Amino acid sequence: MKRRNGFLTAGLVLTCALAALILLGFFWTPYDPNAMAAGPKFGGPSPAHWMGTDNFGRDIFSRVLKGAGATASIALATLAIGAVCGCLAGALTGCFGGPVDELLMRLNDALTAFPNILLALVVISLLEPGKKINVILALGLVFIPSFARVTRTAFASLRDVNYIKSARLMGASNPRILAIHMLPNTAPVLLPALTIGFNNAVLAEASMSFLGIGVTPPDASLGYMLSEAQGMLFAAPWYAAGTGLVIVLMVFSVGLLGEGLRRQDKGVL
Amino acid sequence: MLEIRDLHVKFPGRDREAVAGVSLSIRAGEILGLVGESGSGKTVTAMSVAGLLPRKQCDYSGEILLDGKELLHADRAELRNIQGREIGVVFQEPQSALDPLMKIGPQVEEVLRVHTSLSREERRRQAVEAMAAVELPEAEAVYEKYPHQLSGGMLQRAMIAAAVIAKPKLLLLDEPTTALDVTIQAQILELLKRLNRESGVSMLFISHDLNVVRKLCGRVAVMQRGLLVEEGEAQEVFHHPHHPYTRRLIAAIPTRKRKEGGA
Repeated sequence: MKRRNGFLTAGLVLTCALAALILLGFFWTPYDPNAMAAGPKFGGPSPAHWMGTDNFGRDIFSRVLKGAGATASIALATLAIGAVCGCLAGALTGCFGGPVDELLMRLNDALTAFPNILLALVVISLLEPGKKINVILALGLVFIPSFARVTRTAFASLRDVNYIKSARLMGASNPRILAIHMLPNTAPVLLPALTIGFNNAVLAEASMSFLGIGVTPPDASLGYMLSEAQGMLFAAPWYAAGTGLVIVLMVFSVGLLGEGLRRQDKGVL
Repeated sequence: MLEIRDLHVKFPGRDREAVAGVSLSIRAGEILGLVGESGSGKTVTAMSVAGLLPRKQCDYSGEILLDGKELLHADRAELRNIQGREIGVVFQEPQSALDPLMKIGPQVEEVLRVHTSLSREERRRQAVEAMAAVELPEAEAVYEKYPHQLSGGMLQRAMIAAAVIAKPKLLLLDEPTTALDVTIQAQILELLKRLNRESGVSMLFISHDLNVVRKLCGRVAVMQRGLLVEEGEAQEVFHHPHHPYTRRLIAAIPTRKRKEGGA
């Protein structure tokens, strides 16, 4: 039973390390991320400035730490909205079916037909662009359908399983069956879906900020910093490299975690 | 005690009714065997009694009375009151009938948790007692185990314990021994007989295995294509079957003589 799951271990270690760094970034960074002339302008990576400095002489590593914090917290909040609403809708429709299920799923199909970013763009322009909370709302809304779909399938496949029938036959109420008997048994599907959702949220936030409709200055987020870095790609290539590296690391480590969870489940059952 | 009157069930998209006018009754303390091949409607009949019919997705009519209470048309709240407390159900595959992520004990006491306000300790005590009554060895230890840690026979005993813990009047057994090997099968049949003798619970025993039915049931009903084709005392039906389908079923029981004669 105790087989080693390299993906899970690696994913956990990397994710925890990254999370610790990001948490640290909320309280302490080597330099003030917005302080100009913390070092030389366009300084390359050095022991004093690990990722170099930008055109104002700001320390890129400090900015990346702060930006990763913003990106991660937006992604988490997005995930919370998307997952909670999506799972609730998916669980109810998956379990009870009927015309409401049909209606919601067709609506879901329609929403899925649009690219996520485009949809988020529409939502955010209806709200007020530039505010963090609106970015979260818009992205959260966009993430609901995918969670609803995954959850619905998981719950629908459990609906006719014998142990659910037998719980029903013992007189258990619907909320009890949903929460106590079904939800834990959908975890093998939902947990990997959560990790994938987080990654998508990170990328979506980065893309939106890169396009200038997400987080705006002076708040730094990884996407906004990438668009800044684009302008000085030749003068300070380390800016784009450092920022990009952190995005890749975030997605990679959480992706590993998800893959590990998926394999773990296959190993157990 | 249980009375089914003219039960019809039809699923959409099928030409034939799954159950086409079945009337059956079970007396208190009786074990009735319901026999028939796959698709003959025996499971649908039992599920109608248990209140597991997907009502929105099928047409049904008739009456099902449990001690005078109508079940077929009862609303969900009424049904929940009866499910578990007055009717217990045991399924064919014990491996799939227990929640894989829940310990055995809490599943055995589920009925008590839903229907009574007993304290946690009292529930646990009754569950362990029920598990001991179905001859699960080391009931205290089994209480803390997960389904994958038990064998099929032990799981089926746990299922039976869960089904009878609230002392129901009627036990629906949907091929409870089919997925078990022969020695375990015999033990479970003995256990069911004993439960019936000691607590007087009535049983509706569904099976396609006439041999098993003959060992356990006092009365037998035979179903074919949604219809009840023969009903009577078990010995009578086996020795003097009237309906040709019953004769064919009996002829299909492999015996040593036939094996030697053939091949």
